[in-house]
Amino acid sequence: MNDAPTAGDAAPLELRIDAKSYRSADGTSIEVISNFELRLEAGSFGALIGPSGCGKTTILKIAAGLDADFSGSRRPPGAGRLGFVFQEPRLLPWRTVEQNIRLALPADQADVDLTDLIGTLGLDQHLARYPGELSLGLARRAAIARAFAVRPDFLLLDEPFVSLDEAVAARLREELLALTTRTKVTTLFVTHDLEDAVELADRLFFLSERPTRIILEQTLSAPRGGRSEEFVASTSTELRARVAQLHANGSKA
Amino acid sequence: MWPRLLSLVTLIVVWAVAAALAHSRLLPGPVTVGAATLAEIRSGELPFQMACTLGRVIASFAIAMILGSVTGYAMGRSKTTDRFADPWLIVLINLPALVVIIFAYIWIGLNETAAILAVALNKLPNVIAVMREGARALDPELDEMARAFQLAGFARLRHVVIPQLAPYLAASSRSGLSIVWKIVLVVELIGRPNGVGFVLGSAFSLFDMVRILSYAISFIILMLLIESLLVQPLERRANRWRRRPA
Repeated sequence: MNDAPTAGDAAPLELRIDAKSYRSADGTSIEVISNFELRLEAGSFGALIGPSGCGKTTILKIAAGLDADFSGSRRPPGAGRLGFVFQEPRLLPWRTVEQNIRLALPADQADVDLTDLIGTLGLDQHLARYPGELSLGLARRAAIARAFAVRPDFLLLDEPFVSLDEAVAARLREELLALTTRTKVTTLFVTHDLEDAVELADRLFFLSERPTRIILEQTLSAPRGGRSEEFVASTSTELRARVAQLHANGSKA
Repeated sequence: MWPRLLSLVTLIVVWAVAAALAHSRLLPGPVTVGAATLAEIRSGELPFQMACTLGRVIASFAIAMILGSVTGYAMGRSKTTDRFADPWLIVLINLPALVVIIFAYIWIGLNETAAILAVALNKLPNVIAVMREGARALDPELDEMARAFQLAGFARLRHVVIPQLAPYLAASSRSGLSIVWKIVLVVELIGRPNGVGFVLGSAFSLFDMVRILSYAISFIILMLLIESLLVQPLERRANRWRRRPA
């Protein structure tokens, strides 16, 4: 599989956010994240699970180095190639699908063979089209291909399945599972959907309401890929109960 | 296509009828003007004068577009730059073309540099204002994407920034071309020994309407050709991706 994208050197990801605040319109500062600490082993797949509006996207941006306005630390600070899949596909509408996928390739790899990646994501027939002609599912695939094309050391995924039909989402989950296992890239995946996380990840991080911190960490030892629907359903139910309990205790305290 | 053609034919017919009725040296008919134009082309006089003017149009247009795009982009991206440069822009926008031309000729001298600079300065504020709007309208999400994928300077400009600015570039070059060639004629009239503006000036002092009309019309035709053979196709090319159905 020499033409498949592979991670350079899978590396661990460490993120510590002591505080992250926004300045509101009236000038007061609102703390959105506090005492947040996360460590992902090299090559592992972590999922951040939390209610919408709890700052998940902000955490991803900090992890990506796109937002440096926080107190804390991030390791590695700038090193390593990054693949980022945004919630909106964010393709360039004036470039074809193929040009978009190759957008971030360094000049000396501009013509690298991506057949395998493109085939896995089912984009073969769509390379010459423009993003405006694509369905959301195809546009997401193109965005995922763009992220894998750079052979990332780190992959950050922001709700890649949101607003897709369940059938499309299920296929995309399989493809993503195949790609991440094959490339062993260190992945941080943000979602509000616990079942998606339980199906894909080997480490789960549950987030609290604002100011956001991690209230529960859970390792799933069952091998990724081939987790049965029953496993996903029962694990999710069990975790949901534990998190509800923690939330209840939190609000009492 | 045919309504346009009809409109053009009507214009020429009206002109011919008016000329025949007036029967005056001051309003020659289309046939007289056409014959004079052909003679001027054969003698090489008209092509030479047009080339002089066209050279000035291209030079000052290029200077105004490049300088204006860079300045406008900087002002659209940075509030500080905008606050600093905005008063200058307002002064420049409101300075009459003639004043700029006179200043340039007096301070720099009656030469080519002064002529081209005067024209460029007249066009500049409009380019700046349009490109500033373009820079303000840049999509922050694409900008963030480019940063996440570590797209560096030139690649970012080429793939992300310039395609977004293309409609603004097209708009300012369209309006720019017409402003520039009109002002070039004035600059030539006042202080150059050649070019269409110079010829018009000397023909004016002789009341030579045949010459005035043949140069004016030839030059308008040339500018229309540039617009439809160069500017419009470039614009279509830049907007290719837009025409596709979603």
